Amino acid sequence: MTHFVPLDIATDRCKGCELCIGACPHHVLALDESVVNALGYHPVTLTDPDECTSCVICARVCPDTVFTVYARPKADVS
Amino acid sequence: MSAMATTQLAPKRVLMKGNEAMAEAAIQAGCDAYFGYPITPQAEILELMARRMPEEGRVFIQAESELGAINMALGAAATGARVLVSSSSPGISLMAEGMSYMAGSEVPMVLINVMRGGPGLGSIGPSQSDYFQAVKGHGHGDYKVPVLAPASIAEAVALMADAFELAERYRTPVIVLADGTLGQAMEPVSPAYRDPARLQTDWNLTSTNGEREPRVVRSLHLRPEELQEHNTHLQAKFAQIAEREVRFATERIEDADIVIVAYGTAARIARTAMERGRSKGLRIGIFRPITLWPFPTAELVAATEGKRGILTVELSSGQMVEDVRLAIEGRLPVHFLGRQGGVLPSPNEVLEACRKMVAP
Amino acid sequence: MTVQLTDNRRVIYRRPDALQDKSTHYCPGCGHGIVHRLVAELFDEMKLTGRTIGVGSVGCSVFAYEYFKTDFVESPHGRAPAVATGVRRVQPDKFVFTYQGDGDLAAIGTAEIVHAAARGENITAIFVNNGIYGMTGGQMAPTTLLGQKTTSSPLGRDPVLAGYPVPITEMLALVPGTAYAARGSVATPQLVGRAKSLLKRAFELQEAKAGFTIVEILSNCPVGWGMTAPASMEHVEKDVIGTYPLGVLVDRAKAGPESK
Repeated sequence: MTHFVPLDIATDRCKGCELCIGACPHHVLALDESVVNALGYHPVTLTDPDECTSCVICARVCPDTVFTVYARPKADVS
Repeated sequence: MSAMATTQLAPKRVLMKGNEAMAEAAIQAGCDAYFGYPITPQAEILELMARRMPEEGRVFIQAESELGAINMALGAAATGARVLVSSSSPGISLMAEGMSYMAGSEVPMVLINVMRGGPGLGSIGPSQSDYFQAVKGHGHGDYKVPVLAPASIAEAVALMADAFELAERYRTPVIVLADGTLGQAMEPVSPAYRDPARLQTDWNLTSTNGEREPRVVRSLHLRPEELQEHNTHLQAKFAQIAEREVRFATERIEDADIVIVAYGTAARIARTAMERGRSKGLRIGIFRPITLWPFPTAELVAATEGKRGILTVELSSGQMVEDVRLAIEGRLPVHFLGRQGGVLPSPNEVLEACRKMVAP
Repeated sequence: MTVQLTDNRRVIYRRPDALQDKSTHYCPGCGHGIVHRLVAELFDEMKLTGRTIGVGSVGCSVFAYEYFKTDFVESPHGRAPAVATGVRRVQPDKFVFTYQGDGDLAAIGTAEIVHAAARGENITAIFVNNGIYGMTGGQMAPTTLLGQKTTSSPLGRDPVLAGYPVPITEMLALVPGTAYAARGSVATPQLVGRAKSLLKRAFELQEAKAGFTIVEILSNCPVGWGMTAPASMEHVEKDVIGTYPLGVLVDRAKAGPESK
């Protein structure tokens, strides 16, 4: 069974503004400084999929609609 | 009474005020929406529209300003509606902004300017001092719009339908340039109303209904190459209008020694001067541009070949005379007679100016 | 938002369909992107996209037509409410909105917005207030806070020289033709949710042909204010809201026709 990933991030549209990073209540978002996207920014990345609760707050504050959020499957909640 | 029924009836001769005749002609030409703001000497257009447009189930708004009116026109016309706006000189200055946007975004619309004396607040008397404004450009940018100049109320009626047709055929604003005399005078006319056929359009905003790609009506082209391309397209369109849409009228020009060039009310005065001159052996003819843009340049040159001279008569300090001189290029002497501020030259003054031209 | 399964994961949030699939020209962290998204979410939820004609303005949001999958007409600076009036009067069954900034709506376009409201036009003005002319380089706007430094108020806005911030939405709320006037913000996740509900109410009232509706959204300008995006949002929350209190300023449909 593949490991559940609660967020897809459209890193090509991310401008690295960090609004989601400050808003995330679980502190599981950070800029990926190893990457520069086509717009010239370090895009955001999910640092710990297990700690993400799919609360959608990142998507709510994102000006560039980079997040697709998935519900954590019941079986996965241990 | 529907427009169709009207066109089928034998035209009855009725006494009409210029402003009201133009407004009614627009309604009979299928005008869907009118936007205006009170200003003399064209307030009767607004007043007639206020009464008649709701009767016809069409849109009438008295806007908060001429800026409001012209931009309401932009919005309504962007949907493909047949739209009329009217004002007088100071109001047209405010509308210049919207005219530039409409020319740039290729939105068809008809604007009547019943000219009054300027500059500034000027007077409410008849004038032709907005020729430059109408012909050489109102707002910013490289653009022209067709300018139709009626010389009688009957002609003004006919030109309203033509103006809508031109506007829609070329996706451009069109100006009907009248003056205070034409707006305020009453004449018996047999109104030849016409409701031009609607063209198939693929640019206007009707919402996508989920069935097509979104459309945008805009003049913004931020990339220099893209804006250049847009301007090249506009210029090609203007060249096409200039080639196809020139209109003018001549009277007794064949044997004339002197040709008076005049439009609108000034041409009416010139006509009386011509008749008086002819009765005294002075061979005067008249060349009357009906489209001020495109100006009948080649036609004027052809009509005046071999004549002794040209007298341009205007209710201004000399505006159209510049286009006459550009056309003639020094081939003939071009004289000018003008009156300003609401003063009309008398036919005898015009005749006297003609006489001086042929005096030994 | 439609719940759907993709690769066995259940989507609970995704980019709204009403947005074009392209990156915006807005600066990193600019609230315009958030407001665009809220509007697009409502277009999806209320099935408005196919019936909508948008009316653009001049300023940073001048390219809004690039981002929405709706017909759009451009307006001269400040004239969007007049243009929208023209659109809506000849297309009375469409949904018509303007999207304007504070320079556009509260300075050069004051006559047009006031009279669109006075006529009770069935249009919705989405008014994004960030207290600055962003597009032209961060000059003072009518909504700039007292003391705020901008490129044209380098010593800070002094009321003796430059007057006071204009509470335009409060002014519009006084007009009987205004069915709904409200002010929200996108400064925090909670406020973003609240802003969406304000927009939703305005859209519903336009659909009910209740009259003129306006929602002001307090937003940011990280570049113009010389702040990081998170700091600019904090500034909105801590300082801007003090000058421009949030809430529903008038809802005449709720109050009943007598109050009109």
